[in-house]
This record gives sequence, C-alpha cells and structure tokens, in this order.
Amino acid sequence: MAKQPIKKEDPSTTGHSWDGIQEFNNPLPRWWLWIFYACIVWGLWYSVAYPAWPGIKSATAGYLGFSTRAEVAADIATVEAQNAAINEKLASVELAAIATDPELEGYAKSAGSAVFKTWCAQCHQTNGAGAKGYPNLQDDDWLWGGSMEEIHLTLLHGIRSETDDDTRYSEMPAFGRDELLEEEEISQVVNYVMSLTPNVNPPQDASLVAAGAVVYEDNCASCHMEDGSGDRSQGAPNLADAIWLYGGDYASISETVHNSRYGVMPDWNERLSEAQIRAVATYVHQLGGGE
Amino acid sequence: MAILDKHAILERNVTLLAIFAFLVVTVGGIVQIAPLFWLENTIEDVEGMRPYTPLELAGRDIYIREGCYVCHSQMIRPMRDEVERYGHYSLAAESQYDHPFQWGSKRTGPDLARVGGRYSDDWHVDHMRDPQSVVPESVMPKYGFLENKMIEGEYMGDLLKTHAFVGVPYSEEMIASAQTDFLAQADPDSDYDGLLERYGENVNVRNFDGQPGVSEADALIAYLQMLGTLVDFSTFTADASR
Repeated sequence: MAKQPIKKEDPSTTGHSWDGIQEFNNPLPRWWLWIFYACIVWGLWYSVAYPAWPGIKSATAGYLGFSTRAEVAADIATVEAQNAAINEKLASVELAAIATDPELEGYAKSAGSAVFKTWCAQCHQTNGAGAKGYPNLQDDDWLWGGSMEEIHLTLLHGIRSETDDDTRYSEMPAFGRDELLEEEEISQVVNYVMSLTPNVNPPQDASLVAAGAVVYEDNCASCHMEDGSGDRSQGAPNLADAIWLYGGDYASISETVHNSRYGVMPDWNERLSEAQIRAVATYVHQLGGGE
Repeated sequence: MAILDKHAILERNVTLLAIFAFLVVTVGGIVQIAPLFWLENTIEDVEGMRPYTPLELAGRDIYIREGCYVCHSQMIRPMRDEVERYGHYSLAAESQYDHPFQWGSKRTGPDLARVGGRYSDDWHVDHMRDPQSVVPESVMPKYGFLENKMIEGEYMGDLLKTHAFVGVPYSEEMIASAQTDFLAQADPDSDYDGLLERYGENVNVRNFDGQPGVSEADALIAYLQMLGTLVDFSTFTADASR
C-alpha cells in the first residue's frame, strides 16, 4: 500500500510535487494555532499599551505611561520613604547618642557596611584592613583621631581633598627632593627613627643613631613629637609603634623622608547624605579601633 | 490566489530567494533602527557634554587596545541597585562622542561609566601596577608597563581629524593645537589656558602618573578620571518619556 503513488488530486496533500515527492496537508494543531493568534493579539495590545510606534517627531508613549526612568525613580523613592524616619533621626541626634540606641546603632551599622563596601572598600579593603598607603581601620592607630567625632569629620571633609576648603591638611616637607637635608643627615635620621622601634625594625647602622637624634630634634620633633608619638592634630603618624603605613624598613622610611608622602582621601559631604556619613562613621568606629 | 502561486518562482531560484529574504529581514531593521535617528525623544541634548581632549582620546584608544571593555562595561542601567552602587544611570548623550561606544555587557570588573573622580590618581597608578595590592580579591592583570611607554602625541591631530570625520565637533583650532593640548594636560606647570578655553574649565590638568613626561598611563588615567563627570546631575532633570 505504501508503494502506491498518491494522486495529485488527493485532498490530503498540498498539491505540491517536487521530483515526485509530495507533501501531506496536515492541519496545525488547534492549541498551537490559538496560541499563535493570541500572540498576535497580545503584540497589538502591547504596541498600544507601551511605547512603540515611531511617528514624525516622537514615538507613541503608550496608554500605560510606562517609563524606565520613572520606574527607577519610584523604586528609589520607595526605599527612601521606608528609611526616611530613621535616616532623619540618624542625621539629627548627637553623635554619641547613636551608640546608646540599639535600633539606631543596628541600622547605622548595616547601612554603614553597605556604604563602606560601595565607596570605601576600594582603598581600605572590604574588611577595612587597608593596604600600603591606605590606612587600616581595624587597629588602634589613627592618623587624625579615632573617636566618632574625628571619624565623622574626616569623612565629611576628607584629607588633603582639593574640593573641600575645610579638609584636613598638613604637608610633610620633602627633605631630600627639596634639599632640606643632606644625604648623610637623612640616613642618620632614618636610623634614629628605626631605633625608636628596636624590636620591630632595628636600625641599619647603629652608629648613626646618635647623630640622627639631633637631626630629628631639629626637623621632625615639631610634628612627630620628641618621643616620636606623633600629633593627631596635624595627622603626623606615631613613629614609635609597630604600624607603618608606607613600610618601616630602611628603604621605605628613606623614601618617605626624601619625597614625603601625600595621602589623599576624598571629602564625602557632596556625594553622601549626612545619614550615610554617620552610618559609615558608626560602622568604621565599631570595626575594632574606635575610641 | 495567482500571486501566492508565484512563490514557486522564488523557491526554485536560490539567488532570487536570497535577495527577497534579505529585503524581508531589512524591514525589521529599518522599522527598529531608522526612527531613532529622527525621533526627538530618543535624542536628548544634555548640558556639559564636550568632545574628549587629545590626552583623554589617546587614553581611550589605550583602553580599547588593552581590551578593557572585555571585563568592564560603561553603562549604568536604570535600576536601583546599579544607581546606588555606580551613580546616576547613563544617558545616551554621554556616549555621543564615542566612536565606537564602550557600553559593553560583561562585568568581570565593575562598571566604569562614572569612575571619574572616584579614586585618586595615586590609587590608579598603584592599581595599574599591581591591582591586587589595593584590591586583593581582584583578578585584573597588571598594566604597569603603561608607565614606561612614553607618547609624544605627534599623531593627535590625525586622531582628532578622524573623529571629526565621523561627526565629533572638533574645530580646526582644536585639530591644529592637538599636540600642544595633549602635552599641556599632563603637565600642570605648562601654559594650559588654551586647553581650558577649547575644552572647558572642568578639564583635569595634572601629572596623572606622577612621573615626568607623558606616558600611556597618563593618558589612560586622564581618560578614566573624566568618565561620567561631564554632566552635572544636580541641575539635570530627567525627562520621563525617553
């Protein structure tokens, strides 16, 4: 039976015949066909409901008034409205009062953690441990102070930030580059500085320490203090502890004395809200080193 | 039904079939793409946009040469999470002088559409030399060699001319002084008044890599430091129908 050729007139074929091969005319399944028609109807509705048809000057806006921009604005507004009350409270209470209100502190810590990961982690690392040139925020060593007030102030105005007139500012002289000290004096003073922490980095040449003490007294003690304990009001680091922002070996200290260091932190008062700044201050304060 | 029977001609002639198939596909392209060139609500004029300075344009070429776009996008989508992390969503106009645009779709690294001014120049230098020194979890390769490759900028005029040819409004004056402007932007001790006059007061003039001369790192950092900073969003009002 299968070998019987099907006649052209057979209504169950399409009537096409190519090289003797014929095509059955099976109808499409009904369910498939109805979905196909429904898609066409849906497509027409969509093109009326949403922005679609181009005209001379503008495209149709669609009767639903959909706009990606409006949607994201509404999305942000919703979240801001939800947090408005607590943000306002956070921005207006005394800094010291944040820690005494568990709800406020909890909120500030988690909000601050999010702000930190977005804006601070690139330099201070995700966990606040810092890197060479970018201070560790977990330890007790603070250049400009580690109380809530001081951290808050640093965040507001930054350090040596060019875009804020109230920024924290100080500049160590480049003793070598600007020829304020002789090479010999520099190697003396570097050895003296290393002698302040004999257990961490003992001086390279102990015979120079005594001479270095004189150089230190004349050039460095006004900011770093006679005992090397530093001065937070000028951001002058403590030289008598084991923590070195740019390295405590001979080469690193020598480079610091030669060329100075000029660490910059941006001011955040333009980019972040007061509540965000206080949140991140709270977060940094509780990382481990807060005073 | 006579016209429907004519498809037999197409089905029997492969060249004709290809031509007609192409025409049919073209309709879709024309309907979707062509209106974007004249509809006013797809072309938004935004205040603050200016063509790239020669140094930034050279940095952009290095960005493309090194394939930065393979891992970094330059397109902040209008969604809350992106806006909170990267800043205001990107506007079409912000890519208007990009040939080709660098939107990208792959984010192995973060989006860079608004990286300008977010980090210090020193951070960029550290990060190019050894990305892991500042971001331990980063998988970015090192680009320290850029610091050692000096550029004189003698072809900057040609580069600007090429961009002017495809529609970037570089004036004759900009093209003529391209090399001077190129060198001036990386040297704060130079006379850069002409550069600011031609490209605007907000051009960053700094020694970006902290070393004498203009290296590829200078150009790349100059480019990164201006990305997304041209439009002042404190005065920008988003028109909903765009």
